[in-house]
Amino acid sequence: MHKVRVIPVLLLGERGLEKGVGFRDRVYVGCPRNAARVFNAHRVDELVLLDIVATPAGRLTRVEYVRDIARETTMPFAAGGGIRSVEDMRALLEAGADRVVLNTAAVESPRLIEAGASRFGSQCMLVSIDAVRLPDGRYEVYTACGTSPTGLDPVETARVAEAAGAGELLVTAIHRDGTMSGYDLDLIRRVVDAVNIPVIAGGGAGSAEHIAEVVLQGGAAAAACGAFVVFYGKRRTVLITYPTVTDLRAVLPAERVRDRDLLPPPDIASARL
Amino acid sequence: MNVTIVDYGAGNLGSVTRAFESLGAAVTLARDPAELSGADAIVLPGVGAFAEAMDFLDRGGWLPHLNAAVLERRVPVLGICLGMQLMAARGKEGGDTPGLNWLGGGVVRRLNPPPESAARLPHIGWNDLIRKQEHPLLAGIPEGATFYFAHSYHVDDLPEPCVLCRSAHGLEFVAAVARDHILGVQFHPEKSYANGMRLLRNFLETAGGNPRA
Repeated sequence: MHKVRVIPVLLLGERGLEKGVGFRDRVYVGCPRNAARVFNAHRVDELVLLDIVATPAGRLTRVEYVRDIARETTMPFAAGGGIRSVEDMRALLEAGADRVVLNTAAVESPRLIEAGASRFGSQCMLVSIDAVRLPDGRYEVYTACGTSPTGLDPVETARVAEAAGAGELLVTAIHRDGTMSGYDLDLIRRVVDAVNIPVIAGGGAGSAEHIAEVVLQGGAAAAACGAFVVFYGKRRTVLITYPTVTDLRAVLPAERVRDRDLLPPPDIASARL
Repeated sequence: MNVTIVDYGAGNLGSVTRAFESLGAAVTLARDPAELSGADAIVLPGVGAFAEAMDFLDRGGWLPHLNAAVLERRVPVLGICLGMQLMAARGKEGGDTPGLNWLGGGVVRRLNPPPESAARLPHIGWNDLIRKQEHPLLAGIPEGATFYFAHSYHVDDLPEPCVLCRSAHGLEFVAAVARDHILGVQFHPEKSYANGMRLLRNFLETAGGNPRA
């Protein structure tokens, strides 16, 4: 049985790993290399690394981080930020990423998805769509790390990305990001119903229950987590955690939860950064 | 022992290389078919699409060297993901293309899960194995162990004696094959933590190596 994936999303800012609320007010969380090592020790299902200052700065994801993480870990991981060409994708894949993540470029130029899919395969192309809920209940896609409104409906953007060859979508509700108040089930359901490829839900994870909700009610194939896995407690102390198999089996059908190697948890599982 | 990985020039072979190196093997990334002559074991990795990969092997002059090594010298070989699919008789990805035909049959087709299963393609993520027969490649891997998959195509119509295990994604498909010293897995052992490392270690042992634990 295909398992539900829980995917930490690490945001690479100017100072290192950062995390905010609603894509704003980011605080420094720690060293991306250490965080990746700790997540690898947790045997996470997959990891996503996004260089969130790449597009605004007009450059590609910092490849050195991708290379270091690939050298020091064995988990499946996707990397993105600032990708503008097939050559950019190749650079990230050669540095050791298993998949690339397109956001701004996917919206501005779906042909880039097509070019990447024909070169590296659809399973390699993860398209990230960030959306905000408008007062009238509609949604609008934002690019450039949530700074640039597009006037586009995420359902339409998702369909275009799928037609161009995206293998999976990461759909993030900006208004839920960092709040740990639960995913936007309505947004996720709309996109899931509009496409045939798997959808990773993003924005709002705060508990195992939220993950179960977005999978069972929202139809997501996987749950992306940010604040939930880097902050601990009401005071948002920086601490890397990852929901346990027991946590997930309490809220999801047991056969959809991956038994992580049937080995005891590693010592550094809850190490501080 | 020397593990020679065929480098299609189409992506990331770092994980596979590091995995074998951590088991104590010397790894050669072969860009020239003549490099197969020094191989104690061969790995066909999983990058790209069926027709393009066969075209690459054909144009690069790999086919006679691969056949000589695997079929005549009987060098143990492990295909990973697309690398396993290439061992089939034919592939339907990117047109109807002949494969290496090392398994006595097999046609690579797009997975076609029934709509009511709600299974989506690509099949990306973790899945467990349904054992069809015991084999040294799977030694010590516990029941319920999961492996990382990333594919939309599968090897169909294989002779049943080749099939070591299947996995289920809306329907059952072949997840691992063996025909004498010719082995293949649809998943990515190099991305599957301890279970995957155990499988790679088993492969080196079946190839006559003495890998580190």
